[in-house]
Amino acid sequence: MEILEYAFMQRALLAAVLVGITAPAIGIYLVQRRQAIMGDGIGHVAMTGVALGFLFSTSPVWMATVVAVIGAVGMELIRSRGRTSGDIALALLFYGGMAGGVMIINLAPNGSTGNLLTYLFGSITTVAPADITAICVLAAFVVATTVGLRRQLFAVCQDEEFARVSGLPVRLLNLLIAVTAAVTVTVAMRIVGLLLVSAMMVIPVAAAQRVSRGFAATLATAVAIGVSVSLTGTVTTFYVNAPSGAAIVLLSVAVFLAFTAAAVPLTRKRARRAAAAAERCTLEEEGGTPPQGDDVKV
Amino acid sequence: MAGTSVPGPDTVVSLSSAKAFLGSRPVLRGIDLSVHRGEVVALLGANGSGKSTAVRAMVGQVALASGSLELFGVPQRRFRDWARIGYVPQRTTAAGGVPATVREVVTAGRLARTRLGPVRRADRLAVDAALDMVGMHDRAKDSVDALSGGQHQRVLIARALAGSPELLIMDEPMAGVDLAGQEVLAGILREQVARETTVLLVLHELGPLEPLIDRAVVLRDGCVVHDGPPPEAVGQHALPGHDHVHPHADAAAETIRTGLLS
Ligand SMILES: Nc1ncnc2c1ncn2[C@@H]1O[C@H](COP(=O)(O)OP(=O)(O)OP(=O)(O)O)[C@@H](O)[C@H]1O
Ligand SMILES: [Mg+2]
Repeated sequence: MEILEYAFMQRALLAAVLVGITAPAIGIYLVQRRQAIMGDGIGHVAMTGVALGFLFSTSPVWMATVVAVIGAVGMELIRSRGRTSGDIALALLFYGGMAGGVMIINLAPNGSTGNLLTYLFGSITTVAPADITAICVLAAFVVATTVGLRRQLFAVCQDEEFARVSGLPVRLLNLLIAVTAAVTVTVAMRIVGLLLVSAMMVIPVAAAQRVSRGFAATLATAVAIGVSVSLTGTVTTFYVNAPSGAAIVLLSVAVFLAFTAAAVPLTRKRARRAAAAAERCTLEEEGGTPPQGDDVKV
Repeated sequence: MAGTSVPGPDTVVSLSSAKAFLGSRPVLRGIDLSVHRGEVVALLGANGSGKSTAVRAMVGQVALASGSLELFGVPQRRFRDWARIGYVPQRTTAAGGVPATVREVVTAGRLARTRLGPVRRADRLAVDAALDMVGMHDRAKDSVDALSGGQHQRVLIARALAGSPELLIMDEPMAGVDLAGQEVLAGILREQVARETTVLLVLHELGPLEPLIDRAVVLRDGCVVHDGPPPEAVGQHALPGHDHVHPHADAAAETIRTGLLS
């Protein structure tokens, strides 16, 4: 393919693969905890980081990472306190972060709100050589955490009290989830954009769980969907002049709808198979207990 | 063992003068409760009498306002050996946002042993054994969302058993479990007792477990009102808040109602 001959395209595709892996990989834990909104919040806060990068003429990726991590840790602390005022605190953080970004970028020398735009919806031409190193390092951290600690993180998100009674360092693992989500936001920011990153954390997972029955299967399917849509979307915007994030998110919405449609015949097939299996045993109690007198009545 | 709540060298759990608040409400108002090694103790009481709170205090999930708590002779604050305890929480209907298989949930029961390490062969065997014990092996690959209430309960029991604990703490393991399921649980308990596992059960009725219970502790409004052998009458109607049908006269009818649709 001739598009691979462009150096910027090679970088964009590499970044796209990493986004496709990392965003659903951390997103599954947020979805499991019904905290999908968190990715969105971190995206907003990271805008302040990007703007600070412009202001101090340092790499926006690293600056955004620092600010996003601080914001995510703050959100986790608010969540774990379980305050009723938590909603308000989160709103302050979200909109404060966004307004801060717009304010600071306009203070930067020759900075304008326009500079922020490519960071909001993603752009394949902006993945600079310096960014790609940062993105690879950060993505490696996200994969190591989300895959290496998947049993522990699964337990924490599925039943936090049980995880604590198992002696797991739950507070630490919760902070790790927050930090990893923040890092993922900055991995994804160039290709998908800060305002759409949350979609990549949530939609592939939502699509995957239409067809899967287990957590590991959902994780694998979601990552497969994530990589496919982010590669396809990136290639599409090579030909169509549009923000890559928009193309990627629209594609994942399409995949979600397709999986939802496919899930109906699939569950029907499973139900039929289960019914066929049930026909074979008539009187036996499931669970393999010896039949008892009462069972006859039941 | 006809003992009461007197702490001794073989005490596995010992709560003394324990007070706890939920919000500003005093829920435990000075409870003394000890469980000795190898005992099977039933914790009884009406809805809202503080049973779950007492049990959650024991596993460190509710802070005591005053009083003391020791687990295996170690003050709870310094207790780290969580693999010795298997906990079955009172079932909540809130499921996670992502499906999980029965096997994945039960495997979480090994985390007290594996901690941050990988799952080994011994862990997989323990999970298999736990699934067998509760008769859910054939459903191992199914999503827990696709289970009935009683089956879900069995999965939570299997999760606690998977860690091969020395002390099993179960909060209403019988809720929504039919008579056959209760017999399965009685069989599991018998097996655990033979292995000298200590068991603390929160129950509403003793049912098929009655012969296994060494001692019953009854709570009322956050106070212990009975601690001793499970008195036959106390088993049911002497308890405040028990408006059930008579279990002995009508056990079959009762289980059909609670079990069949669950
Ligand atoms: N989060 C809370 N805040 C304030 N009060 C609470 C809270 N949770 C429970 N309570 C109160 O604490 C008391 C004891 O609750 P607990 O769950 O320990 O009862 P229980 O004996 O386990 O009841 P059940 O048989 O219904 O499970 C109840 O009166 C309840 O209203
Ligand atoms: Mg309770």
